[in-house]
Formats: sequence, structure tokens, C-alpha cells
Amino acid sequence: MIHTGVTDTEIISKVLRGEQASFAQLVERYQNYVFTLVLRFTDSREDAEEISQDIFVKAFRSLADFRGESKFSTWLYTIVRTSCITFLRKKKLDTVSIDNEKALIQLENKESGFRADTVEKKSRHAMVNEAILMLSPDDRQVITLFYKGEQSLEDIGRIMALEPNTVKVKLHRARQRLKDRMEKHFSHEVQELHDD
Amino acid sequence: MKYRNYTMIDRNGRPSDKGPEWNKDSHYSIKSGLMQTEEIEERLWDYIDGLSSPDERSEIDQLIASNREWQIRYSELLTAHQLLNASELEAPSMRFTKNVMEEIARHQVAPATRTYINKNIVRSIGAFFLLMIAGFFIYILGQFQWSGFVGHPDTASGILSQYGTSLTNGMDKLPWGKVFSNTYVNIFIMINTVLGLFLLDMYLQRRKEKAKVSL
Repeated sequence: MIHTGVTDTEIISKVLRGEQASFAQLVERYQNYVFTLVLRFTDSREDAEEISQDIFVKAFRSLADFRGESKFSTWLYTIVRTSCITFLRKKKLDTVSIDNEKALIQLENKESGFRADTVEKKSRHAMVNEAILMLSPDDRQVITLFYKGEQSLEDIGRIMALEPNTVKVKLHRARQRLKDRMEKHFSHEVQELHDD
Repeated sequence: MKYRNYTMIDRNGRPSDKGPEWNKDSHYSIKSGLMQTEEIEERLWDYIDGLSSPDERSEIDQLIASNREWQIRYSELLTAHQLLNASELEAPSMRFTKNVMEEIARHQVAPATRTYINKNIVRSIGAFFLLMIAGFFIYILGQFQWSGFVGHPDTASGILSQYGTSLTNGMDKLPWGKVFSNTYVNIFIMINTVLGLFLLDMYLQRRKEKAKVSL
């Protein structure tokens, strides 16, 4: 993540020196990334906003624990992951499960609700987002971290407590599944993209 | 974009000359074809992500330029890659930053976790633990009657010559039952075992955390 002006480390130093208001810069900088990641765990925007808010509060309270050995975003996304998992466990959401197999079964059910012929032509953004939501939480997360969170395979490994090679395989499979779903549910749009 | 009937090609994208042999078992043929497709995609994703080595890159460049199958696959994957890159981030409500800052105003940055743990306290606990074990052994040794153990040697060489046999004979004579039937000793051993396992667990956890790159 390239930012002009003050670096994350400088902002963190200021906050740790007592300039609490400087934290707003970090919130501004990362709110969309955090919110998007949280939305990959829960479909409700209200819940996502509440969780995102808690994540920033947790990050603020634990800021002294950030040792600068990784990117701030990597550290923050670790909090995102743990907070989302905790939230899901608490709420016992039926729609999203930590267990991949369960999630896949649910996703199959969810998919059956989509009918390719009833799906209207969508913008590319909406189409990709909808296709991502058809994936399992782990797949959604790995794709979002790689493409939107701008994290390397090593960083994602740190966030998800996995080896970089495992992340690579997961990413490869997640993209494959995403491509399959896009072909299945948005074949018309995908064909248009190829024709472009 | 749907699944196609892929032609058999070798690792370098050339049509495979093993066709008739492979077609003897159609299941094997299909399986091999899928594996080959997976391998192509894996190599192409590495190429697109910039993870291929320079040699691999130039090889894939040639394959894309010369092989129809690779061209189609590459085009599909590149489209997916570009779509993912172009997708936009979701934004929370306009008041989000304000809400967070209002919430934060009620909190303070907590001291770093590492400062919670005073090394002197850890050392004191360790010393206490060692003293307990030492005390336990002294207590056990105090329970034994040592007169029958060495066998009244007259000289130092006598001790050495008798030591080998005396040790095994003497150990057999030691009243182990007197020590291990004691309830307090058993409780003490149990506590120490639990503490020892707890310590081992902490050590292994720390090693595991160190193995990951610390955040």
C-alpha cells in the first residue's frame, strides 16, 4: 500500500506519544480495506460496520504491541480475521461457517438460489463481488487479501497462520472456483468481456 | 468459456505422442487431461502473478505465442485476474471514522503485552520451582537408610570395586515404597508433573510462534 505523506509508522509513533487524534488518519487509510474484508465474512453491512469499528478500537488499544516487524496492514488484517471469527462464533451465523465443508454445503444451497437466466447484466464490479460471495469464507479472504489488501503470499500466510506455499495453493484453487462460478452464473457477461 | 475437450499435450505444450497408449484407459486419459490442465493453469497463474523464474517466463512466453491451448487458457486467466484487480473496495458509512474516534476517546492504548511480564517474576517462579524439586529429592534421600548401600568399604579402591555391584544391590534395597506411598509426595509429584507439562506447552507454543514471523 503506497501512501503519500506520513507513513503508518510515523502515525503510530504519534498515537503512542499521546496524539490520539492521529489515529483517525489510520482509520481513514484502512477503513475500506477492513470493511471489505469484514464483508467477506458477513453479508450484513450493519454487522460489518459494527465489527470494523470494533477492529479499529482493538487495534488502537493494542497499538503498543505492534512491533513494526510486519506491515501495519498485515497486523491489522490479523485482528480483522480473529475478530470476524469470534463474531461468527458468537452469533453462530448459519450463513457463514468457519468450517469449510459446512460452508461449501451452504454455498451450494445459496447457489441454487441463483438462476443464471434471471441474473441481469451487472457491472463488472458487482459481478465480481457477487461471484466472490459465492465462495467459502477462506476463499473469499485469500482472494480479497491478495487483490484488495495488497498482501504478499508471505503476509497472507502470517494473517491466516499458514505456510506461503499453502497460501499459494489456496489462492490458486480459490481463483479457479471463482472462475467456475463466474462462468456458471455470469456466462453472458464473461463472454462479453472476452469479446472486448 | 465452458470446459472443452482438451487435446493431450506434453509439459511443453506439444501434442503428446502417447495418445493411443493413453486412450486404452479413458478414465486415466481424462484424469491425466485434468491434471495437465491444472498444471498449465498453475504455471500460468505463477506467470501472471510474477512468481515465475526468468527461464520459466520465457518458456511460457513461447508457449503462449505458439500454442492455441495455452493462448486460450492464458486469456481466460488474465481476464479473471484483471477483473479481480479492477474490483472496487466497499466503503462504510460516511460517519465511520467519526464513530471510531468517538469510541476510541473512551479508551487508552494498553501497555505492550511484553511489558506486563516482569522477567524477575518469571525468574523467581523458576527458582521456586527448582527449589521445590531439590527439596523433594532431599526429602526422598532423607527417607532412606544408607548403611546397607555401600557395604562398609575400607578403602577408596574398595568403594570403587564394590560400587558397580553395590549400586544395583543397594538400589534394590532402598525403601521406594516408603517414599511413593506417601500421599503428600504423590500430590507433590502430580503438581510438579502438571507444572512441568504446562511449562513444556508454553515452550512449544513460543517455538511455534517464533516459527511464524512475528507480527
